[in-house]
Amino acid sequence: MSNYNRYGLLIDLDFCTGCHTCEVACKQALDLPTGQFGIKVHQEGPRKLENGKWEYTFVPFPTSLCNLCEDRVKVGKLPSCVHHCSPGIMHYGTIEELTAKANAKPHMVLFAPQ
Amino acid sequence: MMSTYDELYRKEWQWQEGDLTVTRSMQWSGPGCHNGCGLLYYTKDNKIVKIEGDPNSPYNQGRLCMRCLNLTESLEHKDRLKWPLKRIGERGENKWQRISWNEALDIIEANVRKIQKEYGPESICGMVGTGRNICWQVPLLTYAGFGSPNFGYSFLSGDSCFSPRAAFIAVTHGDFSVCDCSQFHEDRYDNPEYKVPEVILIWGNNPIHSNSDDFLGHWIVELMKRGTRLIVVDPKLTWLAGRAEYWLQLRPGTDAALGLGMLNVIINENLYDQEFVEKWTYGFEELAERVRQYPVDKVAEITWVPKEQIEEAARFFAQAKPGAIQWGLKVDQSVAGVPAAQAIATIGAICGFIDIPGSNIYIRDAYDILSSYGTGYEEFLSPEMRAKRLGDEKYPLKRMGVGPTAHADSVLVALETGKPYPVKMLWIQTSNPIANMGADAPRLYKAIRTTDFNVVVDLYMTPTAVACADLVLPAGMSPERNGYKTWWHPLRSTSKIVQYYECKSDEQIVLEVGKRLAPQNFPWETDIDLINWMFSRSATYKEDFQTLQQKVTDYQKYEYKKYEKGLLRFDGETGFNTPTGKLELYSTLFAEWGLDPLPYFEEPPYSPVSTPLKSKEYPFILTTGARSLEFFHSEHRQLKTMREFHPDPLFDINSEIAAEMGIQEGDWCWLENHNGRCRQRAHLDPALSRKVIRAEHGWWFPEMEGSEPALFGVFDSNSNNLTEQCQNGPTGYGAPYANTICKVYKATEENSLDLPSLVVTRKGGF
Ligand code: SF4
Ligand code: SF4
Ligand code: SF4
Repeated sequence: MSNYNRYGLLIDLDFCTGCHTCEVACKQALDLPTGQFGIKVHQEGPRKLENGKWEYTFVPFPTSLCNLCEDRVKVGKLPSCVHHCSPGIMHYGTIEELTAKANAKPHMVLFAPQ
Repeated sequence: MMSTYDELYRKEWQWQEGDLTVTRSMQWSGPGCHNGCGLLYYTKDNKIVKIEGDPNSPYNQGRLCMRCLNLTESLEHKDRLKWPLKRIGERGENKWQRISWNEALDIIEANVRKIQKEYGPESICGMVGTGRNICWQVPLLTYAGFGSPNFGYSFLSGDSCFSPRAAFIAVTHGDFSVCDCSQFHEDRYDNPEYKVPEVILIWGNNPIHSNSDDFLGHWIVELMKRGTRLIVVDPKLTWLAGRAEYWLQLRPGTDAALGLGMLNVIINENLYDQEFVEKWTYGFEELAERVRQYPVDKVAEITWVPKEQIEEAARFFAQAKPGAIQWGLKVDQSVAGVPAAQAIATIGAICGFIDIPGSNIYIRDAYDILSSYGTGYEEFLSPEMRAKRLGDEKYPLKRMGVGPTAHADSVLVALETGKPYPVKMLWIQTSNPIANMGADAPRLYKAIRTTDFNVVVDLYMTPTAVACADLVLPAGMSPERNGYKTWWHPLRSTSKIVQYYECKSDEQIVLEVGKRLAPQNFPWETDIDLINWMFSRSATYKEDFQTLQQKVTDYQKYEYKKYEKGLLRFDGETGFNTPTGKLELYSTLFAEWGLDPLPYFEEPPYSPVSTPLKSKEYPFILTTGARSLEFFHSEHRQLKTMREFHPDPLFDINSEIAAEMGIQEGDWCWLENHNGRCRQRAHLDPALSRKVIRAEHGWWFPEMEGSEPALFGVFDSNSNNLTEQCQNGPTGYGAPYANTICKVYKATEENSLDLPSLVVTRKGGF
């Protein structure tokens, strides 16, 4: 597959609340047993910054098990994590589309799991 | 073949997708939650195969949280109750015999008639927990079936969840107000009238973790994306607090003082909306006089919030165009819960942030279809019987019908003392009070075992059922029941699409029991007939359940500025639904009832200020009831996925003080005070005050032995071993769940020999 056609997940770090929805949505989609995750939420902070504000950020990290919900995507659905993300801050699309989105706003991470 | 999104997610009620039937419905529990998100059930052969969020639901737009995504695990769980059970051993032995529904109804009928005859109907108390859709069903059974006025929350001290806020605001505003996140518009943020609040003041809740009252926390994040900025009042650095402009880290239980301090700034710096205050409010002079007693210096000292922060946050809020307040449970959970609610709501009121787009807006139940705890109270009970309701003799708000429940603490006292009359039967539906709801769990445990007869209706065998039930009835979960939700808007339906063994919906159970006990009051054949009767009592709703089921959600047009349009008062005049027709900053009714008409602060019964000596021994302030994403109160503890994410009970402690005490992340520790102790695992939090401990509630361990002394370990980690009943404000509302005191020490083998469950069930208590 050429890079142009690769798909990925774009996640807005400003608004990921660490709600773990994506993890459970993924477990359901991939039917994963206890202890296994297709996406795992990591936490940074809370840590007090020198300006008095707090660093308190979550980063959902697609693991090697993530297949970008190929079965769902095939029939026209969104990946389960994207569909269910509580604040709606995950996006699915081609790397090209997502790069354009990522350029429009700071604090985004783009994953291309496959 | 690729389908289009619209074909995959349709707007009709039901459709076929391959060999799966897809049904649109909403989750209105159990297992519990207060929200009612729209979801899609995919079924095959009377089985739910999977669940997805419904993208066509304006409420949640397809999004779900981990509990709903995990619902399938609960529906099929091996521990679920499947049929009625009759106790065969002693209470507490957890020995049961399967019986038929008919036999169960026979037993209920025989016991109710006997107790009614010997002690009077008032000696039977109907009780519910929270979360499942049981707001009107059990009240109806209590009033129309048992003939008793005593319906209430199961020992929720001071009714201190939502009721204090609701009662106060009903008296002074004449309505209930909520933070406008566009939730009452079908087109949500696109609605042309809607305006995004510039500032939201989040007080005493973390709506992302708590299943706030018909309020989806993530709406706030949607507003943040659209520019809303936050002030967060919370002892804990929540994720929202971490992103707030101002995080006011107050001393637990001092909310009223902080509110008064902010009012002081807003009034003295003339930041309030003078036109609104003049035209629409009553008692501003008195309020201004009162806030003079709360200069910011003094408030800073009481609340531990630095003076500058109070001032800046107050200015920031008052200057927003507009601001809104999202308040939550912790407002209710101090003795001064009502005056705290009064102070907080008054901040928004004098700024004029009332019923305008993006402010705090007034809302009533959809189509005014009744769904309250008072359902049937007037119709089915004589004035003489109503006068017997427990707590009414003491509390005018109850007597005047502001609070539609028997006073929970008074029920406990009646159980214990037989005064003013004995309580001989409890009907507990969807509630597990010794696991989380009542303060002083060990005390409740003793009291609920003294009755002649108890029925527990639930999803699983619970510690409360083992401890006290004579009969346990299996309730259906969300997709196993026809129901509706009129907790504000929209009007929503849930549909029964599968049947699990012999479980029945709460509506069915109430109907069948009611028909046995008082057939004249329960003339309906089916649950749907009963629901249609509830609908028929609305003056504006002209449809029936079947129609609603097809629609799933039904939005009414939302009107702003109702006080200007004559839409709030029953006489059709402009203004507010209060005695003065104004929004009462000074409550004329409170004054009439001998209560303080203005907001005030009062120290919690135990605090470094009110009990300095005791606080030497118990140096931390303890807040209980911390919420997490995985659980709703005492529910979900059976589910392996939820326990994978959250295996053990946790308490938060400041990282530095933990280090000084040799406590590391994950260490089991004892929390203890004069009332009792419990053990939880430490979670180190660098942002929490060194003086505060924040403990979870609702813990029991379904994987443990159910019979006593273990009783599913219900007392071992129970933070309500440390809280107390019967410390309410003069209104009867409010209790210090979130502001008592404790000490902390590491759990060792030696100090853990007698676990609390053994101590409570076998050794006479702490
Ligand atoms: S896209 Fe990947 S991480 Fe997301 S649900 Fe699908 S498999 Fe899991
Ligand atoms: S569902 Fe969304 S907000 Fe929640 S943890 Fe995952 S990415 Fe973050
Ligand atoms: S908030 Fe969560 S548990 Fe409650 S209805 Fe919505 S998705 Fe379900």
